This record gives sequence, structure tokens and C-alpha cells, in this order.
Amino acid sequence: MPDAADAPAAPRLLDAGEAGLVVEFGDAIDEALNRRVIALADALEARALEGVRELVPTYRSLLVMFDPLVLAKARLREEIAALWATGEDRAGEDAPRGVWHVPVLYGGVHGVDLDAVARLHGLTTDEVIALHAGATYRVYMIGFAPGFAYLGGLPEAIHTSRRSDPRLKTPPRSISIGGRQAAVAPPLEIPSGWHLLGQTPVRSYDPARTARPFLFTAGDALRFVPVSPAEYEALCRAVEAGEAVAERKEA
Amino acid sequence: MGAHLVIERPGLFSTLQDAGRFGYQRFGISASGAMDPFALALANALVGNPRGMAAVELTMLGLSATVEGGPLRLALAGADMALTIDGRPAEGWRAYALQPGARIEIGPARAGMRAYLAIAGGFAVPPTLGSLSTHSRSGIGGLEGRALRAGDRLALNGAPAGPLLALPPSHRPAARGPFRVLLGPQDDHFTPEGVATFLSSDYRVSDKADRMGAQLDGPQIAHRDGFNIVSDGIVNGAIQVPGHGRPVVLLADRQTTGGYPKIATVIGPDLWRLGQARPGDVLRLSAVTAEEAEAASRAHEAELAALIAAMVEEAGPAGLSSERLLSHNLVGGVCSALDTDHA
Repeated sequence: MPDAADAPAAPRLLDAGEAGLVVEFGDAIDEALNRRVIALADALEARALEGVRELVPTYRSLLVMFDPLVLAKARLREEIAALWATGEDRAGEDAPRGVWHVPVLYGGVHGVDLDAVARLHGLTTDEVIALHAGATYRVYMIGFAPGFAYLGGLPEAIHTSRRSDPRLKTPPRSISIGGRQAAVAPPLEIPSGWHLLGQTPVRSYDPARTARPFLFTAGDALRFVPVSPAEYEALCRAVEAGEAVAERKEA
Repeated sequence: MGAHLVIERPGLFSTLQDAGRFGYQRFGISASGAMDPFALALANALVGNPRGMAAVELTMLGLSATVEGGPLRLALAGADMALTIDGRPAEGWRAYALQPGARIEIGPARAGMRAYLAIAGGFAVPPTLGSLSTHSRSGIGGLEGRALRAGDRLALNGAPAGPLLALPPSHRPAARGPFRVLLGPQDDHFTPEGVATFLSSDYRVSDKADRMGAQLDGPQIAHRDGFNIVSDGIVNGAIQVPGHGRPVVLLADRQTTGGYPKIATVIGPDLWRLGQARPGDVLRLSAVTAEEAEAASRAHEAELAALIAAMVEEAGPAGLSSERLLSHNLVGGVCSALDTDHA
């Protein structure tokens, strides 16, 4: 496993068509790899190369999409190698970003799989909630659907294989777990094979929220805060009124 | 009130599409945009619009609509669909000026899959995240994030009077030869025989083909070591190979990230041809080098500029009658606008 303190291996540069380059740091779900991905995304963004169209950080690689008529791929490869050689692609790795606090109403119709997950692990539902809400997560990436946040940091005691029969629709804003990961879903009824533990009033994505349509960014830290049904309803009303109900606090 | 286009018969799946929604793929937003950006650019150029402006993308079937509230100029380009204006035959690849009350009717595609109806000045529809492109799966963009319906009133920005341009039939885009691909990013997840199969076999566009992607039926491609990877980002034209071993080309409405290995990517200059490919079309894939792909990209850009430069102004009835003759040629099959000859 790579260690940021050592000199890690150079990433692989892979073609994704003439207008895409994948910078691959590894092939695992691993926090150290993900830190390097996001640090490189930050460094490239700061470099503001003409012709770079967008950057897509994922678990273990960074996809750079660019206009080949403006930026030659050879030049982009050199730029990435230079960032690598000077260590600039690792400079931002430890930058503190604060921690999102995301309210969750667990169980019942809001989290229909909570009981089953508890039974599977021989735990009470309160114990599952305490474990899930007791961890600090890292947003590994946003993908699959608008604002869908893949989180690492789920306590091992509640690692749960995905459902064998994925649901074609899940409630909007579901809080779920799948395998070693956790997730915050957007306010859309997405298909999912993950286990639904609860629901949040928070809209991770809202195109009407023009100043900040997306709440979370890859690399952010996040914690879940259990709320009562009354608190949940009040927070939903606040969201409806346009208030931000997910707080970002100092780490 | 300004000019409107009022939809009577909406067609099969007609959506507003521009060049795409860029900058948000890292937040899970699919780029979407025109499936045939080449035809979009040409349709726009015919009415004097910037090449990436939003137009109505028609899929397989055309629409019928009436003009209300003011005059407009429009042009249809892409798949070969019959066009009539107030019941009189008109044709694609040229601009027409229409007065309020005029009615257009666009028939089914005779060749190709998608056509673009561009209107001078574009549509007065507010952008979502910087784009008018419709992504129906997430309900973003276009008109309420959905395909057009009967009764929809599309408000227009309007545009000053301009020339009525036409693209001569000899200059209309025609697709020839195999689809060019650049191997990677995960071609090393396949056996050498698997890669050879991929590059030497006929593949048929299956019924599972839409704006998200197209599954190709044909010989299975062998994975080296399983078919799951840790999810990574997906570009337009990426060809993933799930467990069933058949390639799936991911297109405009694709998911932003995915967990199947991607053997290759269709290069940008050939993507428009996928937007025009029909289920049942047979195609081949041919590998090019990164340098060849870059050169193809420059050549494609030069071709687009040359086609726009070749557009001629149609002046008065004389021009119209000569154009009629050409349209008879078209109907006779002398030159099909989008003959996706993939062999």
C-alpha cells in the first residue's frame, strides 16, 4: 500500500481517447491513493492549463478531459510529470477542509434495511446507528448520479455485501451502505443495490441552489448526526425554504 | 410576445441538445449534448448560429409544429428526414424563412438516426448548469428535463434577418470505413486474443442503443482477469466490456463513472457516426495511434470549417428551383446524406 510519506510510485498515464488522459495511481479503494488523486486534481486546477476541459477525480485515478486542438496530449503528459517530479501533486494532501455534519433519520420507512442489517451482524438497530454515526467518512468521489457521494470509512462491524436484488428505485436522499462503503444519495429516485439505513433532509444536489448546486466535493470529510422524526420534518421544511441544513464544522 | 414554435406531434424522442454540459462530470452530471455534434454544428451554421447552440434533436421520427408570434429562420440537418413547409416539399441542409402561421412537418428518418432542427437565434429556455442539453434520466435541462410533448410552446430568442444558406449535396457529411478507436485505458484487462477479436470482427448495433450508449452484438471479448474494476471516469465514446463480453459504447448521456474495464475509446471525429447508427447496422473497429487520433481531430475540425465555408446563399425562386432538382436526386438515392456505411 502506498504511503504518502515515502516516495510513492509514479502514476500510470493511460489513453481515454484523443481528448482524455487517465492518471492512475492504483487499482484499489484506498484512502492514500484517493488523497493523491485529489491532490493532483487540485494541483492541475491551480496550474490552469489552457485546453483542460474538466477533471474527474475517482477512487484511484484522475480523468483529465481536454481539447486536443488546444492542448497536445504530449504536453499534458509533461505537465503532469513535472507536477509529479516537484511533489506539487502531493502538496495539498493534508489540507484541512472541515467536516460536513449531515442529519439522518434512521430506520422505518426512511431506512427500510436498518433492521435487516442489524440482524445480519447480530447487533441492535441502535448499535448500527451508533457505529454508522460514530465514524468520520471521506468523500472518495462523486459519481453515478448527480451529487451521489461515495464514502470511505464505514466501520468494519457493519460492512455488508450488496443486495442480490438491486432496487430499481430508492427513496430520494437515502443514506445507504454497500460492501465497505457508505453513500449519500441525491434527491432523485435512483436505482441501487445498497442497504438503506436512513434518509437525510439534505440535498447533495439541487440545481435551483445556484450558488452551490453540489454540496460535497471529493476529498471532503463527513459525519452523520441522528435526528428525531420531528427534527427531520423541521429540517425538511427549512430545506424547502431554501436554508442550508448541512453544516461544515472545523475538524 | 416573440416568436414561438408550438409542437403538435412531438416525434419519438425529441429533446433540446447543445454541445453539452461541461465541468460537472466530477459532480456526477452526465455531459449529454447532441449525439451528432457534426450535424448540430452544420444545422446551426445554416441559420447563422454559433455551432454549439441548442437545437431540437429528433430521433428516428420527425415532429410537426406551427410558428406563432413572429417570423423565424430554420434549418434541418443530420439524418435524412422528409420536410414539408405548409404542405410543400422542402429539404434538409438548407435554411428557410417562415412566417407566423407556417406549419412544418418532418417525417421519419430514411437514413441515419438523428436530425437537428436549428432556429436562428436559438431557444429562449433558461440553461441548467450552463447548458440547455436535456438529460432525461436525471430530469435536467431542456424543457423541464424531458422530451418534447404535444402542446409544448418553445419560446425563441429571435434573430435579425440573415441569408438563407444551403449546403450543396456534394458537401454533405458521409461516413466511410471502420470506426477509429484508441486502445485503453484498460486494454490490458483483456487477453491479446480478446483485443484481436475486438479489432477484427463485425459488430452489429443491437436494440440496446440509446443516448446513454449502444451495445454491440458480435464475438465475445475475453477478459484477462475478471470484469470488475474500481470505478473510474468515463469519456464520450468509451467502450466498456461487461461480464457478457460484448462491447458497449458509452455516449452522450452515459454515467459519469463506471466499474467495467474499457478496452478502447472511439475517437472524437467518429462519434457523430455513432449518433447516426441504427440498430442492425454492422460496423468494424480499427485501432489508431494517439498521433493519428490527434491528426484526425485536426482534420475533422478543418472539414467542418470547409463545409461551413462551402454553404451558399439561396436567392429567390431561381435558387429554389435548382434546389428542387437536387432534392429529386436525393429522393432517388443518388446521394444519401448520412449513409453510415461502416464496412
